[in-house]
Amino acid sequence: MAVETPKGPALGYTTESTRALFRVVILCFIAAAAIASRLFSVIRFESIIHEFDPWFNFRATKYLVANGFHKFWDWFDDRTWHPLGRVTGGTLYPGLMVTSGAIYHALKTLTVPVDIRNICVLLAPACSGLTAFATYLLTNEMTTSPSAGLLAAIFMGIAPGYISRSVAGSYDNEAIAIFLLVFTFYLWIKALKLGSMLWGALCALFYGYMVASWGGYAFITCLLPVHALTLICMGRYSSRLYVSYTTWYALGTLASMQIPFVGFLPIKTSEHMPALGIFGFIQLIGFIEYVRSAISGRQFQTFLVTILVATFGLGLLGLVGLTSLGYIAPWSGRFYSLWDTGYAKIHIPIIASVSEHQPTAWPSYFFDLNFLVWLFPAGVYLCFQELRDEHVFVVVYALFGSYFSGVMVRLMLTLTPVVCVAAAMSASQILDTYLSWKSVVPAEEQEAPKKVRGGLRGVEKPNVGIYSPLTKVLVSGSILVYLLMFVSHCTWVTSNAYSSPSVVLASRMPDGSQHIIDDYREAYQWLRQNTKEDAKIMSWWDYGYQIGGMADRPTLVDNNTWNNTHIATVGKAMSSREEVSYEIMRQHEVDYVLVVFGGLLGYSGDDINKFLWMVRIAEGIWPDEVKERDFFTSQGEYRVDEGATDTMKNSLMYKMSYYNYASLFPPGQAADRVRQVRVPDQGPVINTIEEAYTSENWIIRIYKVKDLDNIGRDHVNAAAFERGQKKKKPTKKRGARVLRVD
Amino acid sequence: ANWDKVLQNIYQYYMNETPQRTKLIDVFLAFIAVVGALQFLYCILAGNYPFNAFLSGFGATVGQFVLTISLRIQTAAANKSDFPEVSPERAFADYVVCSLILHFFCVNFIN
Repeated sequence: MAVETPKGPALGYTTESTRALFRVVILCFIAAAAIASRLFSVIRFESIIHEFDPWFNFRATKYLVANGFHKFWDWFDDRTWHPLGRVTGGTLYPGLMVTSGAIYHALKTLTVPVDIRNICVLLAPACSGLTAFATYLLTNEMTTSPSAGLLAAIFMGIAPGYISRSVAGSYDNEAIAIFLLVFTFYLWIKALKLGSMLWGALCALFYGYMVASWGGYAFITCLLPVHALTLICMGRYSSRLYVSYTTWYALGTLASMQIPFVGFLPIKTSEHMPALGIFGFIQLIGFIEYVRSAISGRQFQTFLVTILVATFGLGLLGLVGLTSLGYIAPWSGRFYSLWDTGYAKIHIPIIASVSEHQPTAWPSYFFDLNFLVWLFPAGVYLCFQELRDEHVFVVVYALFGSYFSGVMVRLMLTLTPVVCVAAAMSASQILDTYLSWKSVVPAEEQEAPKKVRGGLRGVEKPNVGIYSPLTKVLVSGSILVYLLMFVSHCTWVTSNAYSSPSVVLASRMPDGSQHIIDDYREAYQWLRQNTKEDAKIMSWWDYGYQIGGMADRPTLVDNNTWNNTHIATVGKAMSSREEVSYEIMRQHEVDYVLVVFGGLLGYSGDDINKFLWMVRIAEGIWPDEVKERDFFTSQGEYRVDEGATDTMKNSLMYKMSYYNYASLFPPGQAADRVRQVRVPDQGPVINTIEEAYTSENWIIRIYKVKDLDNIGRDHVNAAAFERGQKKKKPTKKRGARVLRVD
Repeated sequence: ANWDKVLQNIYQYYMNETPQRTKLIDVFLAFIAVVGALQFLYCILAGNYPFNAFLSGFGATVGQFVLTISLRIQTAAANKSDFPEVSPERAFADYVVCSLILHFFCVNFIN
C-alpha cells in the first residue's frame, strides 16, 4: 500500500493534493484493517466482555452511566472485598470509563442510542485506529521519507503485540492507553522540535489523560527525563529543550495529581523522582547557559565547576537522604521486580503468581512482531546515522522498551510502538532506495562518461547507485513478500491466539463443528437468579471481577489485589481443614463458595492447579497453620490421587473439587483429565458445606455454607449422625468431660 | 579567578544587554520566586497539613516561574535562531494558554 505513494510524481500526479488524497485514503484503509482484524471474537462468538479485569471496568462504566459522574467519582463499592468494601473512586484509573461514558452520551445526543456494552466491547478496536494514526504522526516526525509513516501505521495497526491487548471485548486500560502513549510521545517530539509552549502544554494534557487511564504512565514519566538527560549529556541542550520539558513537567505533574488514585505520588515516590530531578537539573543548565554568554571562558570554568559539583552532589545527597528517611517512598514492589527480577518470587508471591509477570521467551518476540523484530535493530541503527534529537528519543525508547519487555511478558505492549516506528524507518529506507525510478545520475552527467572514456579511470567519479532494474525488482519484491507474509502472519495469530473470550470455551467436536462450553455464565447466572441479593460469594481472587460483573453478588476478594491479608484469608480457608475453614467462613459471613474444577473436561486453568499459590500466599501470613510442605508427598510430588497427603485430602479445596466426582464414572475408572491421574473411588466427605450447584461440565462448583447446627453439635458429629454412623453400642462409660462453667 | 569579579561581570552584562521588556519579565520572575520561597518557608515553619493546598500554591509559583522563563527565552532576540517558528506574539499567546491551564489545575487541586 505504502509503496504506491512515492510513485506519485513519476506517474505525473505531481500535485501535493493528490498525494494528500492518497494518504488520507491509505490511512482510512489502515484504520479499517486495524478495526476489522480485531473483530474475530465478536463475529465468532458474540459481543461480550473478555477476561477478568474488563469485567470490573465494565461494571464501573455501567455505574458511571447510570449514576452520573459525581457519584462515580466518590463511589464506595460495598459489593467487593466483603467486610471491607472498596473506595472505588480513589482506587481506579477513571480514564477508560469516562471515555466510554462520554462516547455513550455523545451518541445518545446524536440520537444513535447504543448499548453501553457495545461501546465497551468496541472501544479497543476504535482506539486502535487512532493508535495507527498517532504512529503515523510520530514516524513522520522521525524521517522525511513519505512512506515511513504509512508503513508504521499499518505495522501498528495489525501487529499482534498490540492486538493481543486490544481485541474487541478486551475492555482493559491498555485499550485506550497505547493510543495515549503514542500520541503523548508524538506531542513531546513536536514540542521538543518546535520549542513551543503550546505543544508542551498539549503533551502535558495528554499525559494527564494517560495518567487517568493506565498505571503504565510511569513509563512516560521516566522516559521523557531519560531522553532529556541523554540530550544534555550529549551536549545538545537547547532552550527548546528547556521550554518543552519544563512546560511538560510543570503542567503534566499538576495534571497527574488531579487523579485521586495518583494523588501525591508524583512528589512522594521514587518512580517520579527522575522527572523531578531532571526538572531541577535543567533549571541549573539553563542558568549556566545564560551565564556562559555573560562572562569570559576562564571565569566561566570556575563558575561551572563549583556550581555543578555543588548542586549535583547536594541534589543526589538530598534524594538519598529523603528516601532513606522515608519522606520519599522507595520503589513499589511491582516496579522493583522489574529491576531485581527474582524479588517478586521470593517476597511477594501474589505478583509472581500472575502469568503476565513472567519473563518473555524468544519465540514470543517473533510471534508478536514477526519480521518487525529484525527490522527493528536496523531502524535503530538508522537513527544513529542521522542523530537528531528525536532520533535519540527512538534510541532511548528502544533500549528501555526492549529491556522491560524482556523482563515481563505484558510489557511487550509498550515495546510494540517503537518497534513499529523503527521497523518502518528501515523498511522505508530500503524501499526508497530501491524503488526510485529516477536514474541516480542526472541526465547530463550520464552523457559525460562517454566523452571521457579514454581518460584515466581513477579520475572518474564512480557512480554509486542502483541501476539494474533486476536488482530493484528483486529487492523490493522480496520486501513486498515479507510485507505480505507479515499481514498473513498477523491475521493468523490474531485469529488463532488472541481472539478467544475466555468466558466461553470453544472446543471442536469430532466432526469439526464447534462446541461451546459455557459453564461460567451458566453458573454465574444460577447465582444471579437463585441466591439472595446480598449472598456473599467466596472464591479465589481470579474470579472476583467476573462474579461481581456477571453474577452481581458481593465477593470477598477480587482481581484488584490491594489487600494481601484478605486474599491470604481466603487462601487459608481454601487450604485448611473443613473445621478451620468453617470458622473463617462464618466470620466473614460467606454464603456460597465457588471453585473452578477442570478435571472432567481437561480445563487446565482450574483451582487445583492454582492451589499451590493459595497455599503460598496463606503461608506468608500464617506460617504455623498453613505449610506448603504438607501438600507434597514425602517424595516431594504434588499429587491428587490415592497418594495425596492427608493435608491435601482434608483441604477444603480438594474436597470441594472432588466431591462426588467418582460417582460419574464406573467403579475404579474415575480419572482427572488435567492431572492425568486416577482419583480414588471413595470421594471426600464434606460436613460443613453442601453442594448447591455444579455446572454442566463440572467446571464451576458452588457450595452453600451450612448454618449452625440447631442443637449445637459441631458439623462433623451432626453429619455423621445424619448418615447413620452413630455408634451401635453407646458406651456407658463416662467420657472425659470438662466442668460446666456457666 | 575570583568570585566577586565573576559576579560583577554577570551584573554588568545583565544591565547593559537586557532590553527593558525583558527586565520587566525579570521583575515578575523575582516576585514569583519570593512568593514561592515564602510559601516554602511557611510550610517548613508551620507544617504541611493541607498538603494539597501547599502543593497547588507552590506548584502554581513553580509552574508560573518556568512558563515565564520560557516566555523570556522565546522573546529574547538572542534566541531567534532557536525558535524559527515562534514569533514573540505567538510566544505570548502560548504563555497565556499555558498559564490558564496551570491555574485551572491549581484551583482544582486546592479544593
